[in-house]
Amino acid sequence: MTPIISLSHVTYAYPNSDVPALRDLSLTINKGEWVAIIGHNGSGKSTFAKLLNYLLAPDEGEITVNDVVATEENMWTIRDMVGMVFQNPDNQFVGATVADDVAFGMENRGVPRDEMITRVDAALEEVQMMPFADREPARLSGGQKQRVAIASVLALQPKILILDEATAMLDPTGRREMIALVHELKAHMGDDLTVISITHDIDEAASADRVMVINDGELVETGLPAEVFANADQLRRFGLAVPFAEQLKEQLRLRGIEVPNEYLTTEGLVTWLWQSISTK
Amino acid sequence: MFSNMIIGRYMPGDSWIHRLDARTKLVLSIAFIFVVFFANNVIGYALAGAFTLLAIMMTGLGVGVFLRGLRPLVLLMLITTLLQLFFVQTGDVLVHWAFIKITTDGVINSVIVFVRFMLIIMFSTILTLTTQPLAVADGMESLLKPFKKFGLPVSELALMLSIALRFVPTLMDEAQSIMNAQRARGVRFNEGSLMARIKSFVPLLIPLFVNAIKRAIELGDAMEARGYRGGDQRTKYRVLTWHTRDTIAIIGFVIFTVALIATRWIM
Repeated sequence: MTPIISLSHVTYAYPNSDVPALRDLSLTINKGEWVAIIGHNGSGKSTFAKLLNYLLAPDEGEITVNDVVATEENMWTIRDMVGMVFQNPDNQFVGATVADDVAFGMENRGVPRDEMITRVDAALEEVQMMPFADREPARLSGGQKQRVAIASVLALQPKILILDEATAMLDPTGRREMIALVHELKAHMGDDLTVISITHDIDEAASADRVMVINDGELVETGLPAEVFANADQLRRFGLAVPFAEQLKEQLRLRGIEVPNEYLTTEGLVTWLWQSISTK
Repeated sequence: MFSNMIIGRYMPGDSWIHRLDARTKLVLSIAFIFVVFFANNVIGYALAGAFTLLAIMMTGLGVGVFLRGLRPLVLLMLITTLLQLFFVQTGDVLVHWAFIKITTDGVINSVIVFVRFMLIIMFSTILTLTTQPLAVADGMESLLKPFKKFGLPVSELALMLSIALRFVPTLMDEAQSIMNAQRARGVRFNEGSLMARIKSFVPLLIPLFVNAIKRAIELGDAMEARGYRGGDQRTKYRVLTWHTRDTIAIIGFVIFTVALIATRWIM
């Protein structure tokens, strides 16, 4: 496994703030990995995302993206490699129509028009938004706008896709579709696409290969989703929601029922429940 | 309350006029404002009127739409007309009462100003009704390109304009939901004296501005994340293409102009 992103001792404080948003953060993300970053509001997880794209520059420490050190001279190289999808679907839609929005990033890079047309089509095909190419954003749902945002990033052929709470403003269907889309992209592109999703959504985090918990600007836990979510007490301490299945397991345990220790999804727990009842 | 504005409203269609290049329509609309002044007699105005009517008919939208477009400007037209009526003092006196003096020249001038006004508004409405705002922005950018040499940031202005247009529906929706939220809290819009009405818009405007600024900051981040850095190295996805019909439209307009100038010597 080759690391694609590494941070060593990164500290960042917003101007006019005494408390750093991120403190002495060191971590590595491998090429092709899907990492979920979770943490309560104000934990510093969005700051982390912005540092990776050089929207913010670290006060101390060093960030390396695909062997390029994040500095002011390398800013545009970094932004070529790191694509971001933000939370609010409306506030990242620059173009007047879907196709224009997907083309925006390429226009900025001076991509010739013929190539732009092919890449816009390919990116829209990838997110199943081709029939909407001429639509204005006002006539799209939130989920559709976020898919366009993903297409805009894909058209730039990035190595890393950052979803900064990209599903937070969507309804449950939109959220599910978006996670399914990222799964599909990962299936197509394999190790060529590294996904970092910053999220509150348990399902989104559970889809990842690895979960990192950030609390008050510090990395406090890294592990497989199953390991992290199975530790209900710790999650509560960090101000995070405990998945439903884990809450139920806790209650069952209190009533003296023996439950498996490993993390189960809601469906997994249902299967376990009926199996254990029918084998009694 | 936002839906009854006709000026600046695009009406989709597939007429010959709709398909004309935005640049053609922009140039002709501006040219028309000056060309109308060549008319100096009834035949001239009749010709200009007929030409405008022909163009309106060709849009396939119906004359009614255009007349409705005049409505918000009626007051402005009346004031200008009345000013002409009262302040032109040459010619034979028709009415003289106290300080009011209306003369024949005053009447003629006010009629001319009224007709000119109406023709210009109607002709400009053709541009806005048949051209997508974005196409107008593109057309302006293309026409202003020569001014880049003099340091005018043409591409930046065009991008600003297109983003502004893109956010109009978003901000309208937002204004509507803020209004609903304020109504639910007992604010009454459109009621009471003029002063009270203006005051009732303060709780609408402040949150609207605050949110617009927040949006602008986020949009700036999103644009930077996607590599926006201004400048001339940008390429364009959207291009304007000149067709034969644009040349035909220009030729038609030139013929009209020549004919209009000719009417000056008929009478």
